[in-house]
This record gives sequence, structure tokens and C-alpha cells, in this order.
Amino acid sequence: MKANTPQTWVILGASSAIGRAFGRLAAQRGAEIVLAGRDLDDLRRTAADISVTTGQAARVAPFDALDTASHADFTAQLASIEGVLNVVLLFGTMPDQAAMDADPEIALDCLQAGLIGAVSILHRMAPLLEARRAGCVIGFGSVAGDRGRLKNYVYGAGKAGLHTYLAGLRNRLGRSGVHVMTVKPGFVDTAMTFGLPGMFLVAQPELVAAACLDAAKAGRNVVYVPWFWRYIMLIIQHVPETVFKKLSI
Amino acid sequence: MHSARMELAGWGRLTHPACDASRPERMGEAIRDFAAAPNIALHGAGRSYGDCALNADGRALITTRLDRILAFDADTGVVVVEPGVNFRRLMDVFLPRGFIVPVTPGTSFATIGGAVANDVHGKNHEHDGSFGQHVTEIDLLLPNGEARTITPADTALFRATVGGVGLTGMMTRIAFRMAKLPGARVRVREKRCGDLETFLTAMAEASDAPYSVGWIDGTARGAALGRGILETAEPVEGAYPAPAERARAVPFDFPGFALNPLSVALFNEAYFRRVPAEGRVRRVHLRTFLYPLDAIHGWNRIYGKRGFVQFQCVVPYETGASALRDLLGVIADSRLASFLAVLKRMGAGRAGYLSFPTPGYTLALDFPNKPGIEDLYDRLVGITLQAGGRIYLGKDALLDPYRFRLMYPEFAAFAAVLAEIDPARRMSTDMARRLRLQDGP
Repeated sequence: MKANTPQTWVILGASSAIGRAFGRLAAQRGAEIVLAGRDLDDLRRTAADISVTTGQAARVAPFDALDTASHADFTAQLASIEGVLNVVLLFGTMPDQAAMDADPEIALDCLQAGLIGAVSILHRMAPLLEARRAGCVIGFGSVAGDRGRLKNYVYGAGKAGLHTYLAGLRNRLGRSGVHVMTVKPGFVDTAMTFGLPGMFLVAQPELVAAACLDAAKAGRNVVYVPWFWRYIMLIIQHVPETVFKKLSI
Repeated sequence: MHSARMELAGWGRLTHPACDASRPERMGEAIRDFAAAPNIALHGAGRSYGDCALNADGRALITTRLDRILAFDADTGVVVVEPGVNFRRLMDVFLPRGFIVPVTPGTSFATIGGAVANDVHGKNHEHDGSFGQHVTEIDLLLPNGEARTITPADTALFRATVGGVGLTGMMTRIAFRMAKLPGARVRVREKRCGDLETFLTAMAEASDAPYSVGWIDGTARGAALGRGILETAEPVEGAYPAPAERARAVPFDFPGFALNPLSVALFNEAYFRRVPAEGRVRRVHLRTFLYPLDAIHGWNRIYGKRGFVQFQCVVPYETGASALRDLLGVIADSRLASFLAVLKRMGAGRAGYLSFPTPGYTLALDFPNKPGIEDLYDRLVGITLQAGGRIYLGKDALLDPYRFRLMYPEFAAFAAVLAEIDPARRMSTDMARRLRLQDGP
């Protein structure tokens, strides 16, 4: 891809703390920004922030991961964007595991947004990206998807599914020159984790956004952010199941 | 409301009461949290030293994620922000464009919401006044949930909100005028002053300089009482960004014995000798000059787990020289003084009923929380009051409601506004309870 081709980042789930940080940084590095999500008032504020502080164009697009029927129209809109199209997928919910154990409907909603919604939008965008023969897709998985844990296994199952989906999509889109990167963040200081007990080594959203943009530029396939989570998860993945099933982590 | 039980503290970490805190990332959420809480304190970056943003066993709303810059007009210099935007970001964004926040406190990590609520001042107060004087408009959510847009023309509510330590409601949008400047560097002149009289004379002579700050050795006694370094500065041309900043963090709480009269005296001696006897002139980046301590993240941990108290007073020029002599004498004798004391001149600029500034000398210094600290603070407050001065609420943790009332003659007007807009006392802070800010005069 040529350096002077205009770049656009479409941020799906742009109201999240990481989405906001990602949009600011990508714009600072010269990209135009599409902020997609449900809370349009919030997105307009972030769009204003990005245009005022970076001078880059930032616009808002309504997007609801759960409303899969709308995803085709959403994708069609993006076709009018010129230059290189890049997508970062950040949406998802992390309901309390106990709440999901008590009400299976909440568990289904979690999978619906984080996994079904992701497949729905990325599968519809794939042909558009293939046709452009350039660009990058960043999908936010989670270290929670590396192993099913008592405290967080439904959310983790959705993320594990997303990891597998992204791996396949990487194989497919790679053939057309579109790079797909899977990010597995550890604990990030966001609304999702605010005040939760047992948090450690918590990273700021700005650091995560910068690490993702750098890793995508370097063409990485799967990255842990911050990097040391790779080793933490290596250990966790190697605990024998007979032992692991008795742990309450 | 996604809230969590947590301990919040002021920068001095003297108390860290538990409360139920939420940290909304969207304004809609913040407004809902604000409306749902039975009582509430607003908490920014936690850079006020005392208890003005704490609410023991109550609710707190942390504003740091409400951090969008919403608009900027290069013709008028007016910038519009959410309350959680901090000075650091404004500097990063606007210095390269030739604009600077008109007034800044000594840390860039403070939020604009906090700057308004404390009506902060900076090293340019004599010339440019307090932060609140540059505010053109505030969107304020009153304690009863009513949304109001207020300007300096709305005299009473505006003057109660600016400097009102967060008790008139939640600011959701703040507009203020930025200042133009020629570049991102300053020419700093440093001058040694061997005693207080020399210091005050030098400060008066240098009062034309746009920025001015004095560092005093709080441990010096006798003939050397009040000795220190006077720094004056003027903006000059120079590029932004700054040379890469090497931020260091204080990794743990220092043990109590680390700060003792000997280590502090040695540090202060070295600080004084650092500047040659004939003085010197340097060109430094604005950030280095304005925020000397920001490069050391968590410097408050140097004072250990028990925390510290910052004393800051202003005493009128007429009585100031002798009051400063008395204050510095008591401080040196206490042997509790920590590192450098800051001495500045203040002008008349103030925007709120409870704003701190008044023409005179302002003295600020830290005391580690050790036995005797309350008595010492009490004596210093006494000298301040005697001289017709006052204590800065943004720093205070120990003042009492009676002497507070003697120091702030416009408190009656402030109390009248609160009685009207918040009779149920939904706004709730430890400082409001300690100083009885919601009671009548």
C-alpha cells in the first residue's frame, strides 16, 4: 500500500474507552475515522474531539452489533469511502458470570453481541475488503478466550470462538492482501473492569491502542497486549485440566 | 450505575475514606449516575490535596473519562471541553498551534473541572488572574437535576460555582478563553536571594515578568530565614513538542524516616547552591517550567503511607512581610518542614465567592503527617488570620469552620446560593461537612 493513499479506520464499538483512544491515535497518525456504535451523542463528542485536536475528518455511523439485519446496509455505506479501508472490532459485553449462571438469557446475549454480531458484520464486510485488496482488520479477542475459567467462561467461550473465526478470516483475506490481526488484551482500565476485584497489571486504553496500531503496522497475526500476557497465558494454558478444573480463578 | 466500593484520597493522602464510586465514560451515563445518587461528590484527577473531593461512605463520581475537547475557535481562542479534560492534553494539543491555557496550576494532571471548582491560579496570577476569570460559559447540572447554562453575567450562581469546591452541581461543559503565545519555550532567570527581605524586594522588582515563582528553604533560620531562589520567566519562540520527557515513577511509599530534618536540610542546601551566586538565565520548555514535579509520577508517595498536609495561605502585602517572617520562623522551629516552600505574589484576580486569591504574598509548603502537625497547622492558620489572610481550600485538610468564616467574607453570598439550589444537600463532601459549607454564615 502506498504511503499517500488515504486511510480510513472504521471503529466498531467506538464508545468504548479503547475505541476512543484508538480513534484519537489513528487520526493523529493521519487516518480518517468512522466512529460506529449505538450511543450517537457520545460518538459525536468523540468525533468533535478528534477533528478539533487532529484536524482529521471523523464521522459517526449508527451501528448495533445485536441488530444483524442492519449489517448489510451498514456495510454498503462503507463502500463509498475512498482509499484504504481498515476495521477495528471492539464491541462486546462482559456480564457478570454469576448473573449469567442465574439467567441463561444474559449468557446468550453476551454471545450474541460478542460472537454472532462479530461474525455477522465481518462476514458482510469481507467481500468489500477483498475487492479493495488492501487494508487491515483488527479483532479484539481476550486472554479470557484462551482457557475456560470458572469466573468468566461464557464471555471466554465467545472470545475463543472469535479467535478461531479471526484465524480463518486471516487465512481467507490474506489471499487478497488484507491483513487480519487478533488482539488478546489482558486487563485494561475501562468501564468493563472499573472497580472489579482481582485486577492486576491493568493497562491504560491509550497504551493498548498504540500497541495495536504498531503491531498491525508490523503485520503481526496474534498479539497479546501488553506483551507479558503471552507468558501469563502460556502458564495458564499449561496447567493440567485435572488441576485447573479445581481452581477458582 | 456501575459503581464500586473504593477508597479515594486527596493528593496529600491524609485520609482515604471508602465510598461508592462510578467512573462514567459517556456524558449520558454521567448524567444518569448524577441523578440516581442520593448524595454525591465529584472527583477529578485527585490533585486537590485535602478532602474537597472526598465523600466518606457516600457516592462519588469520577470525571476523568469525560475527557473530550468539543470545540475550538482560533479567532476568539475559546475552547469548549468536558470537565475531565486535563491541562496536559490541552498543552499537547494547543501549544503547537500557538495557544496556551491562560492559567495553570503546578500540575498538568489536574482536570479543568477541578480548575474551575478551585478557581486555581498559576505563576502568572498578578498579570492574568485566576482560571475562573477566563471562563466564558458553563453547562451546569444543578443538584435537583435542572440543567443550566451559566455565564459570568449570571452573577450569583456563576460566582458560587467558580471556586465553589464542587458544591453547586456537576459541570458538563466548560468554555474558556485560551491565550496566545509566541512559542513553547520560556527564558527563565534564576536569582539567589539570601534572606526574606532581599527576596521580597527582588520579587517586587521583577513583577513585570509574565511568570514568577520563588522557592524558599523552609529549614533556614536566623539571618538566612526566607532565603531561596527567585525564578522569573517570559515566553519566547521555540518548537513544540518538548524533548522526550523521561518520566519517573515513585515505585513505593517511602518509609517514615526517609524525610528527616537532616535529609531535608541537605536537599534544600543543594537546591539553593544549584544556582550560581550571580544567578543564571536558561531557556527551557514551558512544560519543564510550569510542571517541575510532573516528571516524577506519584511524588506524593515520598511522604509515606501516612500522607502529608500542604499549607497554603495568602497574606496581604501591607501585613505580609512580618507575617511571612512569623510563619517561616514557626515553620523552621517546628523542624517539620519538608522540601521547598513556594512563595509567589498574587494580584486581585478572582472569580468566585470562595476563590482564594487576594493581593498579597502566597506561601505554600508540605509537612509530612507526623505528630505535632495539627498544632503546627493551627499556629500557622492563626498567624495567617491575624495578618488578614486566608487558607486555600484546594489544599486544605485541617481548617475549622469558625476561622474559615473569618477568612472568607463572601461566604454569606455563597451560602445563600446553596440554600436556594441545594436545600436537601445532595452535594456531599468531607470538606463541606468539616467546614460546614452548607450551613449558613
